[in-house]
Amino acid sequence: MNKDIYILGIETSCDETAASVVKNGTEIISNVVASQIESHKRFGGVVPEIASRHHVEQITLVIEEALQLANMEPHRLDAVAVTEGPGLVGALLIGVNAAKAFAFAHQLPLVGVHHIAGHIYANRLEQEMEFPLLALVISGGHTELIYMKEHGDFTVIGETRDDAAGEAYDKVARTLNLPYPGGPHIDRLAHAADKAVTFPRIWLEEGSYDFSFSGLKSSVLNYMHNAAQRGEEVAPAHVAAGFQNSVVEVVTGKTMRAAEEYEVRQVIAAGGVAANKGLRHSLEAAFKAKGIPFYIPSLPLCTDNAAMIAAAGTIMYEKGLYGTMAMNGRPGMPLMSWI
Amino acid sequence: MIYLGIDTSNSPLAIALIEDGTVLIEETSNLKINHSLTAMPAIEEMMKKAKVLPADLTHIAVAEGPGSYTGVRIGLTIAKTLAWSLKIPLLTVSSLKVLAANGLGFDGLVCPIMDARRGTAFIGLYEGVGLEQVLADQHSDVKEFLAKVKELGRPVLFTGVDVVLHKAVISEMLGETAQFSSVQNRLPRASNLIMLAQESVEIDVHHAVPEYRRITEAEANYNKAQEGQAL
Repeated sequence: MNKDIYILGIETSCDETAASVVKNGTEIISNVVASQIESHKRFGGVVPEIASRHHVEQITLVIEEALQLANMEPHRLDAVAVTEGPGLVGALLIGVNAAKAFAFAHQLPLVGVHHIAGHIYANRLEQEMEFPLLALVISGGHTELIYMKEHGDFTVIGETRDDAAGEAYDKVARTLNLPYPGGPHIDRLAHAADKAVTFPRIWLEEGSYDFSFSGLKSSVLNYMHNAAQRGEEVAPAHVAAGFQNSVVEVVTGKTMRAAEEYEVRQVIAAGGVAANKGLRHSLEAAFKAKGIPFYIPSLPLCTDNAAMIAAAGTIMYEKGLYGTMAMNGRPGMPLMSWI
Repeated sequence: MIYLGIDTSNSPLAIALIEDGTVLIEETSNLKINHSLTAMPAIEEMMKKAKVLPADLTHIAVAEGPGSYTGVRIGLTIAKTLAWSLKIPLLTVSSLKVLAANGLGFDGLVCPIMDARRGTAFIGLYEGVGLEQVLADQHSDVKEFLAKVKELGRPVLFTGVDVVLHKAVISEMLGETAQFSSVQNRLPRASNLIMLAQESVEIDVHHAVPEYRRITEAEANYNKAQEGQAL
């Protein structure tokens, strides 16, 4: 029998300081997340410099807690996996340098993980992946459709040409005077709405798997602006529902079409916006109707966490893809296959 | 006892190992290369040369700022993670005091300076003999700070790689009382950092954070907006 593999994961790409111990890439032993959201709320969004400052305050506390909860002595670990990119550069640097120092102190291999690969592998902590597979990664920073023939093989078949879906959610929420982060508020309002304003569906050119959300966002802003000029009352719930309907229909439609064209055996969703109830229900219903297995990780694994980084890092560790002490934070890191 | 010293608070990178009061190795570079890329490889390489293993280290000393926000954070993150991982004490020293140590023994005052753009700097004032603090480390308009220095009417030695950026203003305001450390004495030295660290108190690793000496722009704007509302 093969020896069990224990990986320490570290994630600091945006506004969560996170550490986790994962066994064999599939089993969470501990998963600690220190969120900074309260600190950024007053600014209406994540302030990079403040995010970096908080990461320094939290980093060793969070790693220590993850090891303690896992009852794990550092020498029993097989490797340290850390988010190398993409993300906020100043934020990434804290995780990367802490990971390097920890790996050096304990003479452990170091693995640099792509944040999106992490989001995809979050699924493996709850449901074994089956290939070929289609992943919808949808969050505040990303909206991508990724085709995977096997572990570590990533082909981006569609991505946003402007705003990420979560970004559009936050901007629309701001015009509706909803608190930051706006996504969950729009989801909640949309869920309770009795009517929905009709906004355009942005499908782009025929056959494209790319997304665009800035046009939709502008339609919402124009609608609000025109209503205000005419002195009309706007029901925020109707706008929220209309916006969400448009996002959900396009995302569900494109994901479904890709799943059928690429004849995948499994479809998975990942990222913070995958926690959105409206999108979740629509995707679940659509794939159930077609008989294609579809999974979304539970909420704590949809949002940024380090367990997903450890899960992806486990495969990279098994393939011997180690980083060096010269690893740097890479804010624009492209998603490359592990070969 | 083996101390590892790390200073990445401005463009230079300074690292050193001191064993029982003897400098084993010391490296200083000023290549303006990203510290995130170079600090850990430099530490690894230096320790290999000195045949010192991570587990041999007994203390970590780090320059805590002020300086480049990112630079200070990289050094502090590496230092606190190493100290915590190896379960050894972490000692911090002002980055400006480390620079001031270049003028240790100077008969007068020593003014370490790190440029912070728009005519401002991270700046402090120390006694040359003993490095007692005369004016606190701060982020200040350079001319305003120099006006305070001028009132003291004593010879001042300016040091730090950014001295060149402010030399004209300093000479104009302080005239003859201003002196400038020679080019080879402007870089921070991690051996100085370690010697100064031996006088400082061990701090709780988890709570070690940079001394930025300046709030973020977002916070400054937010505070301004709040004040505006209060009026």
